[in-house]
Amino acid sequence: MATVHPIDAGGRAPALEARGLSVFYGENQVIKDVSLVIPAHRVVALIGPSGCGKSTLLRCFNRMNDLVNGARIDGEVLFHGQNLYDREVDPVEVRRRIGIVFQKPNPFPKSVYENAAFGPRIHGYRGDMDALVEDTLRSAALWEEVSDRLGESAYNLSGGQQQRLCIARTLAVKPEIVLMDEPASALDPIATQKIEDLIWELKARYTIVIVTHNMQQAARISDYTAFLYMGELVEYGPTDTIFTNPKEERTEAYVTGRFG
Amino acid sequence: MSGDPARAGDPPPRSVQRPEITRVAREAVQREAGERVSDPTGAEDPPVGPKDPVRLGAQRTLRERRRRTAGIVFHVLCALATATGVVALVILLGDVLADGLGEIDVAFLTSFASRIPERAGIKAALIGSLWMLTLTALISFPLSVGAAIYLEEYARKNWVTRMIQTNIANLAGVPSIVYGILGLALFVRTLALGRSVLAGALTLSLLILPVIILASQEAIRAVPDSIRQAAYGLGATRWQAVRMQVLPMALPGILTGTILALSRAVGETAPLVMIGALSFVAFTPRGPLDQFTVLPLQIFNWMSRPQQEFRELAAGAIIVLLAVLLLMNAAAILLRNRYQRWH
Repeated sequence: MATVHPIDAGGRAPALEARGLSVFYGENQVIKDVSLVIPAHRVVALIGPSGCGKSTLLRCFNRMNDLVNGARIDGEVLFHGQNLYDREVDPVEVRRRIGIVFQKPNPFPKSVYENAAFGPRIHGYRGDMDALVEDTLRSAALWEEVSDRLGESAYNLSGGQQQRLCIARTLAVKPEIVLMDEPASALDPIATQKIEDLIWELKARYTIVIVTHNMQQAARISDYTAFLYMGELVEYGPTDTIFTNPKEERTEAYVTGRFG
Repeated sequence: MSGDPARAGDPPPRSVQRPEITRVAREAVQREAGERVSDPTGAEDPPVGPKDPVRLGAQRTLRERRRRTAGIVFHVLCALATATGVVALVILLGDVLADGLGEIDVAFLTSFASRIPERAGIKAALIGSLWMLTLTALISFPLSVGAAIYLEEYARKNWVTRMIQTNIANLAGVPSIVYGILGLALFVRTLALGRSVLAGALTLSLLILPVIILASQEAIRAVPDSIRQAAYGLGATRWQAVRMQVLPMALPGILTGTILALSRAVGETAPLVMIGALSFVAFTPRGPLDQFTVLPLQIFNWMSRPQQEFRELAAGAIIVLLAVLLLMNAAAILLRNRYQRWH
């Protein structure tokens, strides 16, 4: 099933391209020969039933799977023409340029300010940290709510605010691509709405790959949708097509809620 | 993973599956009872519980009474078990305080040991204990925390690591006198450190290393993995993630474990007797290679003399030692509370 799905990205070079990507956890193959192109400045949604490998695939894009004991990766992920899994590539550098936001908000047990400043600090940022923190919190649509609570513990924020802080923290290191692993699944509908609005705004400056369990969410926010099932990429294309006129029967069954 | 969309394929409950059968049956029963067959869905449930509610506790059966008695007996037994410990401790403390409190004054703290009980004090022992404490902390803390970080954050989880882990846990259970023998052979003889403070501190460090390592590992393991993931996701190196996120969160636990282990070291006697520190010392160490004595050794020394006066001196020294230990435990609690303000 090594189908490359060419996508018209408006003449731009793709932000990321997976070629024949397979992931094994011990004996288990959880991603099976996946190839796909992530166009720059677009939102790509990865959907599929639980355990289909969408989170694993997402974590291949910035080498977070390296941290899992016993994970083995075959194939290539091309970023600016370079394979992220080449021997000379430093995963630490990869993760700075391709950021990730997790399912549950996981702020550091420090102040709001220190959360936003952590990334720039570890990368030796020498400029005006206050300005960077403000800028970052603004781009995550959080500044208005926390500007007078910067010294407070991030744990005092609401769940939705914590998640936007985590997004801000990721944006602070100026990544090119932001990976999001079900960023709104632990949040209430209003907080979810805010995250979705934010994703919509971030598209202008970043390429976004988002794993979601919620098909309405994928339909609302993504430009392209990839449907994974049992580790295989079943279908990938413009979100409209996937939801209204899918080619594969399994895709149709999933998006119409017949299984999953 | 939450928010599963409703499953369409689930089989319906059995009663719904074959409604015609249940309906027919119910209608038959109702006809029998001469009732009007009407509502096919609203079957009435029989009332639950006794029709005539009795007052609670009015009719207690034998079984229930036994059950209650067993509960009370167990309660009393547990309270007695607690009381045994507390009473023993109170008697011990009371006895020591009665014997020794009169001994404690400035002269007692600032005089050296002497053959004349009226002139004897614990200066050498107290200062020696502080020396021992400081050196042991300086040696054992970095070694144990380093080992704990390595085992938790760096080492691959394979059979070698598991073997090291098991051995550390076993070492924590080795009797302290065995460490004394090791200290005598290794530090006093082989490394020719003599009966010095340094040899003693190294021996005690070995003794408490496993304890601090285990406590530190526990504290590091308690840091949620999401914190590490967050740090790595931002492009932190392993060392940055450990130093800036994991260690600060684990520090209260690490410090508590360290201080408790050190307070064990301060009270240790056997390994120091083993390395030959049990001698008459009437001076304070000026460097790590000087001879020394410590509070427990001084207490042991005085207790083994026949004169009542020396026993009272020993009681005084015990009070000072207990005070040192209580202070250290208080410090552990304070540190823990202070660093936990973010959680």
